[in-house]
Amino acid sequence: MKALRNFLDKVNPSFEEGGKLHAFRSVFDGFETFLFVPNTVAKRGSHIHDCIDSKRAMSMVVIALLPALLFGMYNVGFQHYLVHGEEASFLATFFYGFLAVLPKIVVSYVVGLGIEFVVAQWRGEEIQEGFLVSGMLIPLIVPVECPLWILAIATAFAVIFAKEVFGGTGYNIFNVALITRAFLFFAYPSKMSGESVWISQDPICGLGSTNALVDGFTGATPLGQATATTQLTDAIGSGISPMDMILGFYPGSIGETSVIAIGIGAIILLWTGIASWKIMFSVFAGGICTALLFNAVGANEVMNLPWYEHIFLGGFCFGAVFMATDPVTAPRTECGKYIYGFMIGFVAIVVRCLNPGYPEGMMLAILLMNVFAALIDYCFVQHNIKKRLNRVAINK
Amino acid sequence: MSEVIRIKKGLDINLKGKAQEVSAKAEASDLFSVRPDDFHGIKPKVVVHEGDAVKVGTVLFYSKTNPELKFVSPVSGEVLAVNRGDKRKVLDIRLKSDRQFTSESFPKGRPSEMTPENVKETLLNAGFFAFIKQRPYDVIADPNDCPKAIFISGFDSAPLAPNYEYLLVGREEDFQLGIDALAKLTKGKIHVGINAEVSSNLYTHTKGVEIHQFLGPHPAGNVGVQIHHIDPINKGDIVWTINALDVAMIGAAFKTGQISFARSIVLNGASVKNPAYYKMTVGECISNIVANNIVGDNVRYISGNPLTGTQIPADGFLGAFDAQITVIPEGDKNDEMLGWIMPRLNKFSVSRSYFSWLLGRKKEYNIDTNLNGGQRAFIMSGEYDKVFPMDIYPEFLVKAIIAKDIDKMEQLGIYEVAPEDFALCEFVCTSKIETQRIVREGLDYLRKELA
Repeated sequence: MKALRNFLDKVNPSFEEGGKLHAFRSVFDGFETFLFVPNTVAKRGSHIHDCIDSKRAMSMVVIALLPALLFGMYNVGFQHYLVHGEEASFLATFFYGFLAVLPKIVVSYVVGLGIEFVVAQWRGEEIQEGFLVSGMLIPLIVPVECPLWILAIATAFAVIFAKEVFGGTGYNIFNVALITRAFLFFAYPSKMSGESVWISQDPICGLGSTNALVDGFTGATPLGQATATTQLTDAIGSGISPMDMILGFYPGSIGETSVIAIGIGAIILLWTGIASWKIMFSVFAGGICTALLFNAVGANEVMNLPWYEHIFLGGFCFGAVFMATDPVTAPRTECGKYIYGFMIGFVAIVVRCLNPGYPEGMMLAILLMNVFAALIDYCFVQHNIKKRLNRVAINK
Repeated sequence: MSEVIRIKKGLDINLKGKAQEVSAKAEASDLFSVRPDDFHGIKPKVVVHEGDAVKVGTVLFYSKTNPELKFVSPVSGEVLAVNRGDKRKVLDIRLKSDRQFTSESFPKGRPSEMTPENVKETLLNAGFFAFIKQRPYDVIADPNDCPKAIFISGFDSAPLAPNYEYLLVGREEDFQLGIDALAKLTKGKIHVGINAEVSSNLYTHTKGVEIHQFLGPHPAGNVGVQIHHIDPINKGDIVWTINALDVAMIGAAFKTGQISFARSIVLNGASVKNPAYYKMTVGECISNIVANNIVGDNVRYISGNPLTGTQIPADGFLGAFDAQITVIPEGDKNDEMLGWIMPRLNKFSVSRSYFSWLLGRKKEYNIDTNLNGGQRAFIMSGEYDKVFPMDIYPEFLVKAIIAKDIDKMEQLGIYEVAPEDFALCEFVCTSKIETQRIVREGLDYLRKELA
């Protein structure tokens, strides 16, 4: 530890202005502050500070994402062996999924952080931690068969056009990870929906099954099926129970399927206070109310999906817990958070039920409400301003 | 007795090094300093020169914009130097005490029997008026104004703050005389905010004031918070605020006919060996009271509390408005590894991403001056709201100030706030934003543009 500190102190001068490695100043800073808490002290204002910083806050979100990530890996393997009709050990199943998912994580982080490093150096700023979370979210919300080069392009697009052009972490209007997904969704629709993208069918590095696919194979997600039938099935055609939906053994984006894994993440986020319970709660409230409303109407198959299946299936839980609660793109007034969350739940179910083209509505709902977040804030701030003006009127 | 106003939002930071209510003695220092910067918002015109003899209450400088607003010497002796910095800005006026504390003349008597003009002139000439601040802008009050009301906070809720009940014990009469004098300066009321948890009759027998009880965590003792809950400031209003200790200081002068800036102060903080109360005078050098009383050598001396105080050197001076010297460890040589993921059980955080919430509120923390992270843009939301007990959106106000949007600042309530009200926001901020500096600059900018 001491030796490491001394080493950093020794190489530090070459990164300073005029040093030969000055072009890597931001990268060096990034790693140094990652290894050691910076020794900067309060210069003016408050002499003491709370020990939370944005690194800590972001790390908490990444930790909260781990259960969904690990289960997602296992489910990728599970679905693979399921459609090949082969029994595999727990380890083999997990390891297959690990090999399928790992490259996506690597691509997402390398592309995203690469851009962040370059921009930080160009602006002469410290590297900001925001992408630690986005880079973990991106692999979890894409289908497992999404090609890596497409993922790289989408990540680069999102980081540059959804974040850096607005000023970087803290200034973005849209959720960066969701812009990545939206880019994929509209630019490469065949890679993002349909029956062939949700299940990894080929062996990876010699691991996996080479058997032929079983009869009755369907790669469609339950939500994809719901537009046609209420008899939802898993990948080999047998029915899925609500228990399967909660556990998450069905095809879908890598991290979105398991309610339990997401629930563990939600508990971590709520307990640490990093995510707003107001948003999370009202997304579910909005979703459930809207689903019940459509149940009463019942004009098409999706409308007949019971409310709990709407919640359990697809990206609803994942979006509610990890996406809607992004503090930067959500409203910053406390009351506004209720409205924002409720509207996300509402719009998500409306898109699912009323739009035949998109089986999943969560992404569009959150992106749409990202736009309205500032407007919601505006209304509450304006209310506060009016109250203050009225006070003058009463006094006079 | 008035009803209790409950402050729900806020935060009590439990710091190590609290002082017991015992007085300690230290030899009085010969060195004194008066810093014009302590009196925010004035442009000083110095009238003394090196070598001049001064008494307690002799004018050292006055305000260029308000020549009747005078700032005086807290000691008798001679002027050692007038220190100037860039552009001949007056940094401080150094004085050497003759240890006599001979006072300029001051009319002994009951201010209630004097005319308002007479009281005002007396206070201005003795330099006491400089201890009255005004809101909006949180600057030294303009003697030509007639304030809507005068607000006095009867307690200090900041971390490690001195206990006013102890500082003012036995000085009820001084306090009453001070109130009588202030009553001549306003046509409105004088409001005193007291701590509902302390049952003492220090203030309750005072005549001519309206008492309001406050209950809750810091910043319940901030006069700004109290004003907001008693009678909020609107655009165009001017209110004055003054510290309860300074009220007693004014009263004592009317009682004795002697000007004196002596006061009890507390010396505390995690780096102090024996935290205790001392007798000091405004502007006195602290080197005698801190000598052989400090643990460790890498420490920070603060005149005032750790949230809003001013950093001073080890041989620095007690600030004009302070009754507290705090000494805490510096955090510039920690070299802490991987802090972002470590449990850090000994560190304090309001966030539950640390475990300090498990260890209870009684545990005392030794917080050093480390920022604990780098400065970022606003990321987390709702943090400020939890420690800002006013019906104001602090984050939106700070953003309006950064954008220099005068209309928005006014609309969002900048007239009601002072930098000290944002100290807790700055403490809890994940993004380490210097909110107190921003608010100070915002107030100065607004004052310059609208004056």
